[in-house]
Amino acid sequence: LVLQGYLDEQFNQLEELQDDSSPNFVEEVVALFFKDSPRLLTNIELALEKYPQDFYRLDSLAHQFKGSGSSIGALRIKNECSIFKTHCNGRNLEGCRRSLQKMKREHANLKQKLETYFQLLRQVGPQECAVNSWK
Amino acid sequence: MASVGGAVVAAGAGAVGVTPHVLAVDDSSVDRAVIAAILRSSRFRVTAVESGKRALELLGKEPNVSMIITDYWMPEMTGYELLKKVKESSNLKQIPVVIMSSENVPTRISRCLEEGAEDFLVKPVRASDVSRVFSRVLR
Repeated sequence: LVLQGYLDEQFNQLEELQDDSSPNFVEEVVALFFKDSPRLLTNIELALEKYPQDFYRLDSLAHQFKGSGSSIGALRIKNECSIFKTHCNGRNLEGCRRSLQKMKREHANLKQKLETYFQLLRQVGPQECAVNSWK
Repeated sequence: MASVGGAVVAAGAGAVGVTPHVLAVDDSSVDRAVIAAILRSSRFRVTAVESGKRALELLGKEPNVSMIITDYWMPEMTGYELLKKVKESSNLKQIPVVIMSSENVPTRISRCLEEGAEDFLVKPVRASDVSRVFSRVLR
């Protein structure tokens, strides 16, 4: 329930890769994402503020962020990045700006949800946690 | 996950020299961690690096790489450019190369396969994809 609608099946794939030799693998990968993603968002923001806008570069930056998000199963981030890329293709600056704000909100929401999820896992253990409740 | 000189090294089961050694190349730290974990779960020895340049440096020193799996879009040197360099080298051309990309672009796929890539995987890569491709190529 904590993660419902926020993550897709890729997150489940990550959990299947977690084992005794890497018991915190999922949390480590998520931490890598949230370590790197603020920089990607800042790069997009800076690129949007430049004039004239380089929509090819904006698309490329969104592609990076989308790829990274997809790797941890960040469904809403992935979807919003696709919308952003569509705005880039249409050279729609206002659309890009609105979409970036949504990307930032989804990013912050997901971070909060995952922090809660991992906290719950530590408290109750993975067997007790409804792993598939994020679907 | 152990980190050695910027490269992620994960040992699979089996002795060194017996377990295939896979070189994974991706500029994304997230994707490097994921592909390394997938390869490790398939019992491969893995070295993961962040660029084509680092990959070539390592290939120059490490003689026993069984396979290379590389992201397509990387700054400075793309996976396609890395593939070309590997296939142009008399020392390296026998090493199978698999390309990964988050975009399913038919012309890109054709170009890589024509240049000698063994396969082209669309990200996010799954353990089943790796198992299918690697068991065929390393048979």
